Amino acid sequence: MEALIETIVQPLVDHPEDVRVNSKEEASKIVYHLTVNPDDVGKVIGKNGRIAKSIRTVVYAAGANTKKRIYLDIM
Amino acid sequence: MKQVTASGQTVEDAVQSALIQLNTTEDQVDIDVIDEGKKGVLGIFGAKRAIVKVKVKDDPIEDAANYLKQIAATFESDVQVQTTIDGKSINYELSGEKIAMLIGKRGQTLNALQHLVQVMINRSTNDRYRIVVDAEGYRNRRKETLEQLAHRLADKAIKVRKNVSLEPMPSYERKIIHSALQDNEKIETFSDGSEPNRHVVIKPAR
Repeated sequence: MEALIETIVQPLVDHPEDVRVNSKEEASKIVYHLTVNPDDVGKVIGKNGRIAKSIRTVVYAAGANTKKRIYLDIM
Repeated sequence: MKQVTASGQTVEDAVQSALIQLNTTEDQVDIDVIDEGKKGVLGIFGAKRAIVKVKVKDDPIEDAANYLKQIAATFESDVQVQTTIDGKSINYELSGEKIAMLIGKRGQTLNALQHLVQVMINRSTNDRYRIVVDAEGYRNRRKETLEQLAHRLADKAIKVRKNVSLEPMPSYERKIIHSALQDNEKIETFSDGSEPNRHVVIKPAR
C-alpha cells in the first residue's frame, strides 16, 4: 500500500525523492501518513483539495479488500 | 530512461549507430556530443573517433500509460493499457479480469484515476491534452445509461410540471444529459450548485 501511494504521488511533484509514507496501525484502522517537500504541498492537495480527493479515492479503492479500514493523512 | 553512448568516424556516424541501437529516430532523442573526433592525417595517423551520448526523450503519453499500469497493478496483476491518440485527446483503455474494482461505484475510482493522469500529463507538457481513462467500455455504457435516465426524468418533469434535479455529476456526465435533451422542446436543462455538488436540473418549459 505504501508503494501504491508513492507511485501515485511521485509523478505529481517536483521533488519525488522527498515523498514519504509512514503507516501506523491502530485497533480498527491503518493510518497512512503522507509527507512531501514543503514546495509540493499544493501539488498533492490541488484546487479545493481535488487532487487529494482523487488520491484518496484510488487508495481507498485499493484498500477495499483489506480487513481494516484505511485512512490517508496528507502532511 | 533509455540512453546509449556510441562512437563512429564522424559525429553523424556515431549518432546513426546510436539510433540503430535504440531503435528510434532522430526527432525522438536528445544528442549530446562528447567528442567531435579528429580525421587525422590521411585518415590514419592521430585519428580520433567521435563519441556521442544519445538519450531517448521522455514521452508524456507513454509515461502516463506506465503510470496507469503501475497503479492498476496494485488492484490486479494483469491489466492492459491501450493508448489511442486523436489529435489532442488521448484515450487510455484499461482491460483485465477484475476491472470492476478499478471503476468503482458510479465510476468514481475511474474518474479519480483520470483526474490524476490529467494532472500528471499536463504538468510535464505545455500542450493541453484531453485525457479519457476508460475501462472495458465503461464510458459508453455509462453514456447510454445517462441518456435513458435523462429521457425518463424529462418525461417525469413534464408530467408533474415541476423541476427535477439529478444527482451531482462531473462535467462530462452533465454534458451527456444536456446534449441528450437539447432537442426536447418541452423542457429546458441547466446546471445548479457548485462543484463538486453541481447537478443538472430539468425544468418543464412553459
